[in-house]
Amino acid sequence: MTAKSRVPFYAFVLLLIAAGIAIAVWRHLELGVPWMTGEQRPVWMIEARVDFEGLGEAAKVSLHIPQDPPGFGILTEQAASPGYGFSILDNSGSRRAEWTKRNVSGPQTLYFKAQFVPDQTRPASIPEQAPQASNEFWEEPEATAVQELIDQARERSSSPESFTRELIRLLQPDSQTQNAALLVSENNRIPMLGRILNHAGIPARTADGLRLEDARRRQHLIPFLQIYDGSQWLTFDPRTGEQGVPGNLLLWRQGSESLLDVVGGDNSEVSFSMLRQTLPALQLATMEANKNGLGVLGFYQLPIEEQSMFRMLMLLPLGALIVAFMRIIVGIRTSGTFMPVLIAIAFVQTTLLPGLIAFLSVVAIGLLLRGYLSSLNLLLVSRISALIILVIFITAGLSIVGYQMGFNTGMTITFFPMVILAWTIERMSILWEEEGAREVMIQGSGSLIVAILAFLAMDAPLSRHLTFNFPELHLVVLGLILLMGQYTGYKLSELRRFSPMKAYE
Amino acid sequence: MSWISARRLNRLGMLNMNRRNVDYIGRYNERSSYPLVDNKLRTKLAVREYGVKTPKLLQVVRQQHEISHFREMASELDGFAIKPAKGSGGKGITVISGRDGDEFIKGSGARESSEVLERHLSNILAGLYSLAGTPDVAIVESLVQCIPSLARYSFEGVPDIRIVVFQGYPVMAMLRLATKASDGKANLHQGAIGVGLNIGTGNSLNAVQFNRPAILHPDTGLALENIRIEDWETMLEMASRCYEATGLGYMGVDLVVDAKEGPLLLELNARPGLAIQMANGCGLLPRLKHIESLKRLHFSPAERAQYAMTTFDQS
Repeated sequence: MTAKSRVPFYAFVLLLIAAGIAIAVWRHLELGVPWMTGEQRPVWMIEARVDFEGLGEAAKVSLHIPQDPPGFGILTEQAASPGYGFSILDNSGSRRAEWTKRNVSGPQTLYFKAQFVPDQTRPASIPEQAPQASNEFWEEPEATAVQELIDQARERSSSPESFTRELIRLLQPDSQTQNAALLVSENNRIPMLGRILNHAGIPARTADGLRLEDARRRQHLIPFLQIYDGSQWLTFDPRTGEQGVPGNLLLWRQGSESLLDVVGGDNSEVSFSMLRQTLPALQLATMEANKNGLGVLGFYQLPIEEQSMFRMLMLLPLGALIVAFMRIIVGIRTSGTFMPVLIAIAFVQTTLLPGLIAFLSVVAIGLLLRGYLSSLNLLLVSRISALIILVIFITAGLSIVGYQMGFNTGMTITFFPMVILAWTIERMSILWEEEGAREVMIQGSGSLIVAILAFLAMDAPLSRHLTFNFPELHLVVLGLILLMGQYTGYKLSELRRFSPMKAYE
Repeated sequence: MSWISARRLNRLGMLNMNRRNVDYIGRYNERSSYPLVDNKLRTKLAVREYGVKTPKLLQVVRQQHEISHFREMASELDGFAIKPAKGSGGKGITVISGRDGDEFIKGSGARESSEVLERHLSNILAGLYSLAGTPDVAIVESLVQCIPSLARYSFEGVPDIRIVVFQGYPVMAMLRLATKASDGKANLHQGAIGVGLNIGTGNSLNAVQFNRPAILHPDTGLALENIRIEDWETMLEMASRCYEATGLGYMGVDLVVDAKEGPLLLELNARPGLAIQMANGCGLLPRLKHIESLKRLHFSPAERAQYAMTTFDQS
C-alpha cells in the first residue's frame, strides 16, 4: 500500500461523515426532528362546527377545508359526527369534508377538527397553472369610476403589489373619493376590490382566514384579498392594506370556492373554536414522518417493542467508539476487547453505582469460587460452564439478599451478561495465576474505566436521543472509527512508557 | 510521573504500537502465514527445511487420552519443556529441569506431581493458553542446556535472544534474561531483563528491566555491560533464513544457544514487541525505513545478515 492508495480511503471516510451529517441536518429541517431532547412545539387545534336545520330528507354537507395553508402544516384531521357518513374529497385545488345522511331532521351539529403546526419555512404552494385575470363587465357610470380609480392607483404605484395597496387605500371607508363611494357599499368592498384588480389585469381572489388566539370559541372567518404576482399568490389585508400572512393567521379558504354547501338543510352556519396545545417536537416529527412516508428512514414505524430494542442497540456504536478511542489513542489495557461495552450496556440498565457494586461483588465472589474450581482439575469447557452456573447462582443470591434487605436494585443484577461475566472471571483468574495481582488490577481497572466512560457516553440523554432519532449519525461514528484505524501516531500511554528513552537522545 | 513528548520520540525514531500494526505487521505480514508462526509445531516443521534447528521434539499430545502416554515417556526423561503449540507470550510453558522420585522439579525449583502436569496438559488441549481459546496440542521438547557463558547471567530460566527481522534483514536484537520477578520467564513485561545487542558485533549495549535502565542483574548481581554473544553471524543468518521459511516481512525470531547443539530456534513471533527499542536505546524506524528504501533486496540470508552487520553497527 502506498501513500496514494490512501486517498480513496480518506475520500470515502469523508463521504461517510458528510453523508451522516447531511442526512441528519436534512431530517432536522424537513421532518423537524429536534437536535435536543424535550423541545416543545405549539400546535393549534381548530374545530369547525357546522350547524344546520334538517329538512327531513337526505342531507349532504360539504365544508371547505384547508389545503396547504401558508405558514402552517396540517398534522391531523378528524370528524366527529355520529350517524353521518364522512369522507374527505380531494379534487384538484380544493379539499372538502363531506358528511352525508339519508334522513335528517331537526337541528344538527357536525364537527371537523384539525391540528395545525406553525411552520414558517413551508414554501407557499404554487398554482400549477398561472391564473388569468377574469374579464369584468361594468356599466356606466361604474365603468368610468373604476377606470379613474385604476388610473389613480396606477399613477402612484410601480408593481402589482403597490398597486393593490394603493387601491385598498383608495377604497378605505374614511378616505373614499366620490368614485369610490359610488362603487363601494357596506359589504361589497372586498369582492369589489377583487373585481377592480381583475379589471386592471391583475388576477385576484378572496380568501378567508382565522385569527388564532388561544381558547377562542364561536369565531368566524375574516375575508382577505389575494393577488397573483406572476409566481405566487400574495395575501393582503383589505382593511389595512398590509401585505403578507401574519403568523397568527390561518387561511382556511383560498380561492373562490364556497365555504359551506348544505343540501337538504336550512339555516346552516359554520363557526370555529381553537386551542393552543404544545406537543414534544419529537412526537410531532414522528407523526409527520409517519404521515408523509419519510418515516421509513427512521425507527418510528417499528412496533414499540422493537423500537426499545433499537434504542439499546443504537447505543452500542457509541460504546465501540469509546473503546476504540481508549485503546488506540489513549492506550488503556482492558481485559477482553469489547467486554467494557457489554458491561456499560448493563450499567445503562442498572444505573452506575448499583451496577458497579453488583459487578464487582459478582466478579470477586466468582474469583474466590474459581480458585476452588481450579484445584478440581477440570477441563476448560466444563470449568467455564460450571462458572456460568455459579455466576447465575451468585447473581440470584445477591438479588434475593438485596431484595430482602430492601434494595430493589439488587434485582437489576440480572441485566449483566452471564457468559461474559463468567469469561471475565476466568480470564482474570488465569491472569492472576500467570502475571500476578498487579496485572489483574491494571486490566481490571482499565476495563472498568472504559466501561464507565462508555456508560457515561451512552447514558447521556442527548446521546440516547441522537443515536435513536438520527441513526444516520452512526455513519459519522463509523467514519471516526475507520479514521482511528489509520492512526499510526503514539498512544498517550506510550509517551509515558517510552519516557526512559530521554536518556538516549 | 515522567513523560516524553511525541516529537522527541519521533526524533528518536521510536516505532509505536499503532504504527507497527498498520505500517509493518499489516503491510508486510500475510494473514495466511500467521498460523505457521502461531503454532510452534508447524514452525518447527517449516523451518527445518531451511536448515534452522529447533529443540528436539519428544512428543506431541493431541488428544486427552494420549496424556497417559506422557507419563510413560516422561519416566525416561530428566529435563523437558511442555509447551502449548498455539501459546503466546510464553504462556503455558512449563519447564521441568529434573526429577526427584515421582515428583518433577520445575525450572524454578518448585516440585510438581505428575497429576499437576497432566492437568496442565489437559488445560493446554482445551485451549486455555491458545489465542482465542481454540483447542490446541501440547508439544514436549527436550530441555535446552544453555551455554554457561550466557546461562550465568540469567536467574533460573534460559536466556534467549530476540532478533527482529524485517524483510529478511535482522534489524535489531536483544538478549532476554529471566529474573526472580519474571518467574524464570524471559518475558520483558513480566520483569525479565532486556539487554540490547549490537547487530554489528553481538556485544551488549545497555539493559532495561520494567522499562527502566539496569546496570546489574538484580538476582545474579552480574554486570550487564560486557556480554558478548558468540557465533553472532551464524545466529543472524539463522534469523534471516526464517524469512524464507515463513514469508513474514516483520517478525521476531527467538533463539537460544544450546551447549551441544549451538543456536536453536525457540519460536517465531508475528507481532514482536516494542520493548527491544528501549533495550537498545534507539528506535527501530530509521532502520526499517532504510531497508524499505533499498532498491534491490539481497538474495541470500548470508548476504542480508552481512549487510545488516555493516549497516546497523552501533560501535
